Amino acid sequence: MWEMLNSGWAAVPEIVRTPSVILLQIMAIVLPLLGVVAYLTYAERRVIGFAQLRVGPNRVGWAGLLQPIADALKLMFKEIVLPANASRFLFVTAPVLSFMPALLAWAVIPFADGALLADIDAGILYVLALTSFGVYGVILAGWASNSKYAFLGAMRAAAQVVAYELAMGFALVGVLMAAGSLNLNDIVRAQAGGFFHWYWLPLLPLFVVYFVSGLAETFRLPFDMAEGESEIVAGFHVEYAGMGFAMFFLAEYANMALISALTATFFFGGWLSPLHGVPVLESVPLLGGDGFHWFALKTAFFLFCFLWIRATFPRYRYDQIMRLGWKVFIPLTIVWLVVVTLFVTTGFGPWF
Amino acid sequence: MNRIGNFIRSLFLWELLVGMSLTGRNLFAPKITVRYPEERTPQSPRFRGLHALRRYANGEERCIACKLCEAVCPALAITIESEQREDGTRRTTRYEIDMFKCIYCGFCEDSCPVDSIVETRIFEYHFENRPEQILGKQQLLAIGDKYEAMIAQDKALDAPYR
Repeated sequence: MWEMLNSGWAAVPEIVRTPSVILLQIMAIVLPLLGVVAYLTYAERRVIGFAQLRVGPNRVGWAGLLQPIADALKLMFKEIVLPANASRFLFVTAPVLSFMPALLAWAVIPFADGALLADIDAGILYVLALTSFGVYGVILAGWASNSKYAFLGAMRAAAQVVAYELAMGFALVGVLMAAGSLNLNDIVRAQAGGFFHWYWLPLLPLFVVYFVSGLAETFRLPFDMAEGESEIVAGFHVEYAGMGFAMFFLAEYANMALISALTATFFFGGWLSPLHGVPVLESVPLLGGDGFHWFALKTAFFLFCFLWIRATFPRYRYDQIMRLGWKVFIPLTIVWLVVVTLFVTTGFGPWF
Repeated sequence: MNRIGNFIRSLFLWELLVGMSLTGRNLFAPKITVRYPEERTPQSPRFRGLHALRRYANGEERCIACKLCEAVCPALAITIESEQREDGTRRTTRYEIDMFKCIYCGFCEDSCPVDSIVETRIFEYHFENRPEQILGKQQLLAIGDKYEAMIAQDKALDAPYR
């Protein structure tokens, strides 16, 4: 039976075979990702509820586990309203433009050793390009809605992304200096050797800057100026309803998952086990072995941090956001890049 | 020295970590939410909910149509009309409470000289159509008859403080 299937598969022409394999791989990434995004909304409401001594959604299904499905159904059956004098084409494409880059960037993330969709050598550049592309959806949505609140949100988003994209890029320069490669899988391999061999320790300031910039890039709570419910209603997506609105939400949460996965990859050793070099635990198969489970665990931890931070901090004032981005993060990263240069030239510690 | 300390504290996000530890502790603290249909908050015997008109043990209605409740009602929710009955006593022919006007202040209950109009501890009721919210005399008496045991117990519990 298996051989018959195998020989049948070999008989399929190459031009069909390669695209269908790639398509299956894409499906294997995107479908679980959408599930993660859906349940991230549930997790967010539960975690914030718990942090505020409430219980969060617990009615739909066991412990509220069907809540995301109920929400999705509700949003799908809602009418999509096109505002008067809105730019039709841009209004409809903006949600897609913000969701697409969040999914595309997953192509270069190593889920396990060598398990990437696209093993390209300029992985960091690809990631940087796509994460900054996501803001176009926000800006276009604000512009196309023909609403002053949406427009204000879009302007805020643009300025904020410019400020934090720089700090983020500099932080990644530190990573690529340390690893000597732009390929994400090679970056993870360069961190091999246990918890204290990962880059979070020598690049600690860069790690903090990267994660906080990630919060700002995804417009998460201390930096959600683009939404700013209490100031500009809902910012850029104020005119969106139904699935258009849901797309923005999906994009936001997919971006969160992406930033978490990237943080895990760049600073916390991706799929590497933290127990390398620990005498007994090292040889335990699942604990000591590298693999997808460590990557998933680290990503989940950073996602939890996203929710935790949202539950804790109030929104920044706009000028303070700008100050933090331009006057604190960029000088800090530049100073630390000099330090990293010294580390690299002297071959400091186990990292370089 | 102080400025250097402040600089180091802000550089290492000390205040932020303190805040996060607070929410982190709260994550595991017991939750104060009352899961309503399954759990309920405790109720006082003085709870002011749905109104009722009471009767004496012999079945005679208590209300003597003194109209004190109508006069004291701050929301003008009570309407009373009265007549002399064949036996010479004065009774109401009409006793209506507009539940949409009522603010559940309990003044009617306080003003009543014969403990006739009371507010019970029932709070789960609803009206589906417009005129239904005006409860008439017969409806109020029926509520009183149905919950007399509960009402009497609550009044007895509250009696030492009145």
